[in-house]
Amino acid sequence: MAIPGQKQLTHLEEFMEGIWKQNPVFVMVLGMCPTLAVSVSAVNSLSMGLATAFVLVCSTLLVSLIRKLVPKEVRIATYIVIIATFVTVVDYLIQAISLTVYEALGAFIQLIVVNCIILGRAEAHASKNPPLRTVINALGMGIGFTIGLFALGSVREILGAGKLFGIPLFGPDFQPWVVMVLPPGGFFVLGAWLLLFNWLDSRKSGVARGEPVEGRVHG
Amino acid sequence: MNLHSPRIELRTSPHVVKGLSVERIMFNVVLALLPIAAFSIWQYGLSALALLLTVIATCLLSERLFNYWSGEPNTLSDWSAAITGLLLALTLPPSFPLWMAAVAGCVAIALGKAMFGGIGHNVFNPALVGRAFVQAAFPVSISTWAPAYASHRFTEFIPTTLTLPLMTPADIGPWAKQALDGFTGATPLARWKFEHVATAPYDLLTGAATASAGETSAILILLCGAYLAACRFMDWRIPVAVLGSAALIAWLFQLWNPVRFPDPSFVLLSGGLMLGAVFMATDMATSPVTPKGVWIYGAVIGVVTVMIRYFGGLTEGVMYAILIGNALAPLIDQYCQPKVFGSAGRKT
Repeated sequence: MAIPGQKQLTHLEEFMEGIWKQNPVFVMVLGMCPTLAVSVSAVNSLSMGLATAFVLVCSTLLVSLIRKLVPKEVRIATYIVIIATFVTVVDYLIQAISLTVYEALGAFIQLIVVNCIILGRAEAHASKNPPLRTVINALGMGIGFTIGLFALGSVREILGAGKLFGIPLFGPDFQPWVVMVLPPGGFFVLGAWLLLFNWLDSRKSGVARGEPVEGRVHG
Repeated sequence: MNLHSPRIELRTSPHVVKGLSVERIMFNVVLALLPIAAFSIWQYGLSALALLLTVIATCLLSERLFNYWSGEPNTLSDWSAAITGLLLALTLPPSFPLWMAAVAGCVAIALGKAMFGGIGHNVFNPALVGRAFVQAAFPVSISTWAPAYASHRFTEFIPTTLTLPLMTPADIGPWAKQALDGFTGATPLARWKFEHVATAPYDLLTGAATASAGETSAILILLCGAYLAACRFMDWRIPVAVLGSAALIAWLFQLWNPVRFPDPSFVLLSGGLMLGAVFMATDMATSPVTPKGVWIYGAVIGVVTVMIRYFGGLTEGVMYAILIGNALAPLIDQYCQPKVFGSAGRKT
């Protein structure tokens, strides 16, 4: 972010923001609604992640292009209209590509409109930065979100159905963990991933050596 | 420290120290659970032994690993993880596959205890958290029962026990039929709920009914609980409140409709109510501390248990009733704070 007095990030750093340091799922814990509801299988979570990434990149690019034209008072409404446009595009696109995936994702495709990652990026980043930088940041965020969803979806599919991308991994005798495809399973797996990421992060920042840490979980 | 004789120390109050330590209480709970575990091994043989050992081992191992990762001191020696393992194993069906039992033990410690910060900080009873997880994950295996006193129980395992990790256990039916003639594989509660047959109280008292590994003999559980209560290692009010409220509400239901609802004695003796009331609801970290709160907490558990059994989709409700009670415990304590001495009549 181009806050005066702060060092401008390089393009690579800008890209990596969303993948690691500000990962929407594991660090910012944003967009939990689709994350938990859709990540039942690897295919679902990948398509949801890519759909969100597409909307994110396109809408932030447009927001960034018109950032000097839009009056401050109506900016949120403008963002929503832009986002909704691209969500409609994605909605029809998925319907055209695969009806099964469309039915599996259900209302959550339309709900991308209110995904706080997208509105958050538009407000916090795209409205203050030039198009190229915005697109790079949005790409990183989109890929970070997809990685997060895929991490959840693959674990839930492996344990909940014994498959990955629909391919059986353990043979016909596999005992499915029913809870993993139910809502609690989403919370368990998300919690486990958060634990792992926070643990890796704290090791990197030296908690293991007994130094105090600041709180890491964001609202 | 001298454990038995109270003594006065020269320091600020409290002056009288009884010398009750966590280790001592926990060790005594383990002692009280041993007869129940032994009886379950006598009933179910090798499989029960393997189940107990597996769950206790996974609990101890998980506790050690989480201590290590979080840089906490080793808490294996306070016996609490061993109790969690013992209790968890006693609530599982004896034919439960060992790999699922290991999952339950690991989840119990990780999700039920380590996540909240270890002993004393857990909100829910860890053993029940583990059981609730496997109930949600493996609903079929956790409601598959094996007959007690099978003839070759000390020389061979129940076939489902040794299921390979991640695999579906085989059907237990043929083996159970051959092991015990006329075995139906339904618990007394399920038979009451779906076939409207109440099991005789004598069978329930002595443990001749189909059940989880450790909840069969009500007499044994009561005796072990009485030992703990007599030594003041356990709050006697909790089991009394749980069993009393369950009996009372069951009695009221029976008055209302004697055909549909069973005798209160059936409610008290069947399923896991005894084990739950005596050993699970009384967990010190997850039950209220105020005297009035303890009664309310016990009554909530008893009533919710009976409600789930009578009107819920499940046949057994003790586990969820205790978990709900655990969740309410802090709130109950908040409303049952004793008045501070001297504050009566003063506006606060």
